[in-house]
Amino acid sequence: MQKSAATEGEPQRVFGIAAEFDSPAALYHAAEKCRDYGFKKWDVHSPFPIHGMDAAMGLGRSKVSLIALCTALCGTTTGVILQGYPSLYEYPLIVHGKPLNWMTIPAFFPVIFELTILCCAFGALLGMLALNRLPRWNHPLFNWERFGRFSDDAFFVSIEADDPKFQETRTREFLESIGAKNITLVYE
Amino acid sequence: MADSALKDAPANPQFDPAMVKQVEKAPLVLNNRDYHWITEKICGIVEVKTNKWWWILFIPSFLLMLWVPFGFTYLILTGIGVWGQNAPVFWAWDITNFVFWIGIGHAGTLISAILFLTRQKWRTSINRAAEAMTIFAVICAGLYPALHVGRVWMAWFLAPLPNANGIWQNFRSPLLWDVFAVSTYFTVSLLFWYMGLIPDIATLRDRATSKIKRFAYGFFALGWRGGNRHWRNYEMAYLILAGISTPLVLSVHTIVSFDFATSVIPGWHTTIFPPYFVAGAIFGGFAMVLTLMLPARYMLGLHDLITDKHVDIMAKIILLTGSIVGYAYIMEFFIAWYSQNPFEQWAFLRNRISDPYIFSRVFDVPPAPYWWAYWCMMSFNVISPQLFWFKWCRYNVWVVFAVCMAVNAGMWFERFVIIVTSIHRDFLPGSWGMYSPTWVDIMTFIGSHGLFLTLFLIFCRFLPMIAISEVKGVLPQSDPHHGHDDHSHAADHSHAPAEESKAVGLRGQTASGH
Repeated sequence: MQKSAATEGEPQRVFGIAAEFDSPAALYHAAEKCRDYGFKKWDVHSPFPIHGMDAAMGLGRSKVSLIALCTALCGTTTGVILQGYPSLYEYPLIVHGKPLNWMTIPAFFPVIFELTILCCAFGALLGMLALNRLPRWNHPLFNWERFGRFSDDAFFVSIEADDPKFQETRTREFLESIGAKNITLVYE
Repeated sequence: MADSALKDAPANPQFDPAMVKQVEKAPLVLNNRDYHWITEKICGIVEVKTNKWWWILFIPSFLLMLWVPFGFTYLILTGIGVWGQNAPVFWAWDITNFVFWIGIGHAGTLISAILFLTRQKWRTSINRAAEAMTIFAVICAGLYPALHVGRVWMAWFLAPLPNANGIWQNFRSPLLWDVFAVSTYFTVSLLFWYMGLIPDIATLRDRATSKIKRFAYGFFALGWRGGNRHWRNYEMAYLILAGISTPLVLSVHTIVSFDFATSVIPGWHTTIFPPYFVAGAIFGGFAMVLTLMLPARYMLGLHDLITDKHVDIMAKIILLTGSIVGYAYIMEFFIAWYSQNPFEQWAFLRNRISDPYIFSRVFDVPPAPYWWAYWCMMSFNVISPQLFWFKWCRYNVWVVFAVCMAVNAGMWFERFVIIVTSIHRDFLPGSWGMYSPTWVDIMTFIGSHGLFLTLFLIFCRFLPMIAISEVKGVLPQSDPHHGHDDHSHAADHSHAPAEESKAVGLRGQTASGH
């Protein structure tokens, strides 16, 4: 078994076990088996999102859409208040002889629309990063020098030591049994 | 479709099932390239020593760009009179250039958002560069209205901020809508572009050899590690951004067209403007995408990624949108006649189309002062794309490039025709006048092309110009059920059963890369 970091000196805390698979299809089937084995704190790493992997890992729907909906509604509210307060109370402006009542509301839609979109976009990006616990300067997985290839052409499974079903030898045997290669103990 | 065709096969003796497979199977990446090849190819552009061609393009672009700060400084120090506009033409090259650049900026978001929602997988090879182009075009566009306000130091009055004068904006003005639309468009395009870049910057980070590069790419990659728990949220965020960018991109040029359409000037006061402007923006934007991508493909050898099929599809979009624009031109003319409004008729016949040779004789009117601009627009935008009805033209890069250059020029003339020819002679003959640009107008406009190219070249040098992770995702072997269930991929793997072919592909990949 390979070790990801120098083992001399003080014993290091184990982050987990990572292993490599050959192809998106192999990773997909490995994920199904990890899911069925009952792991909770684990992940698969690939250069691109693999279609159907959420189901293979037993993950539900992402919460980003909820965050984006909330920020979008904040944007709508901002648009209404931003235009409504000056137009109705602070600085009522008569242009083109048009009245200042609810019938002119379509003329206020573009700004409301644009602010909704703007806030929704920030919500989607920042919500995605927040749910992913990013940005993050480093991660134990990068201690394994092979792991850098996840962004090129390699497919990995990582199982964290914090997982209740994690056991160093048995997890390694399990990964061997599902066809993993380069099974490696990763230290923090 | 293929299934019904297969069912009908016995009835048609000339039907060949192999043909169906070929039609379905036009590959998005040629020569069965693997993941590692794509990484090497696209990252290689950024990682190798700076190409001689890059400098040959960059130095003149950069020198041209210097006209932009010079022209604007000169304008701010001297006054708005250094530009050619004066009564009655108060909107001239500045607004023409603004609409020209913002129109070009529409293709990127169209490709990244609308084509994503419609599952057009071919978009992955061109979306990154097109989005970058969008951002740079909007930067060029945004400069003009900011300077056009005259007293630039008062430009912050565009923003609804409480101020000591107690003045608020007119929220029912299209010009204010425009401020919100363009700034939102720029911001959302930037966020969308950056989010798409995160996994690819991570690729550059993981390959970086120097400390500075590892720090810089590592900083912007935000610690991306490609976990599916991350991809899950990432894909949802991408879908949301695509979903909201679709109405956004349509709204931006709609609102730009409101700047004109809500006025009472003949030639501007037209309900056809919003769809006509949006079609024109997509048209001009795709022409600019091809103008940039064809030389880039040649110089960087990206023929396997940006295939002739991509060029073919974009040429068809140019043909479609160009024809929509042509329809709008003719419909405006028809409505001017059909309305029987003398001012409308004047604007279209005597201000625009009446050339000295044919129309002025047919209609017995004097030639329009700017007839040449109208006919440049008509021939570049409507007639030249008709070449794309012919497959030979769509597959000949020289023809495609020439048509795109014509469209780039034609779309500039379109905005010039709409703006200047409508206001130089309107209701009162006593206030008619002609417009001509000054050297500051001309050099600042040329300089804005320098700015655009400079930014694009810097982008190509430091960031992956093709979306690496997205291109990998559309390869046939990226489907986890590849080779299991269907026959559509049988053509290139017919030599081996499904499981074996996967193994062969992987081994070949490892051997070539490591």
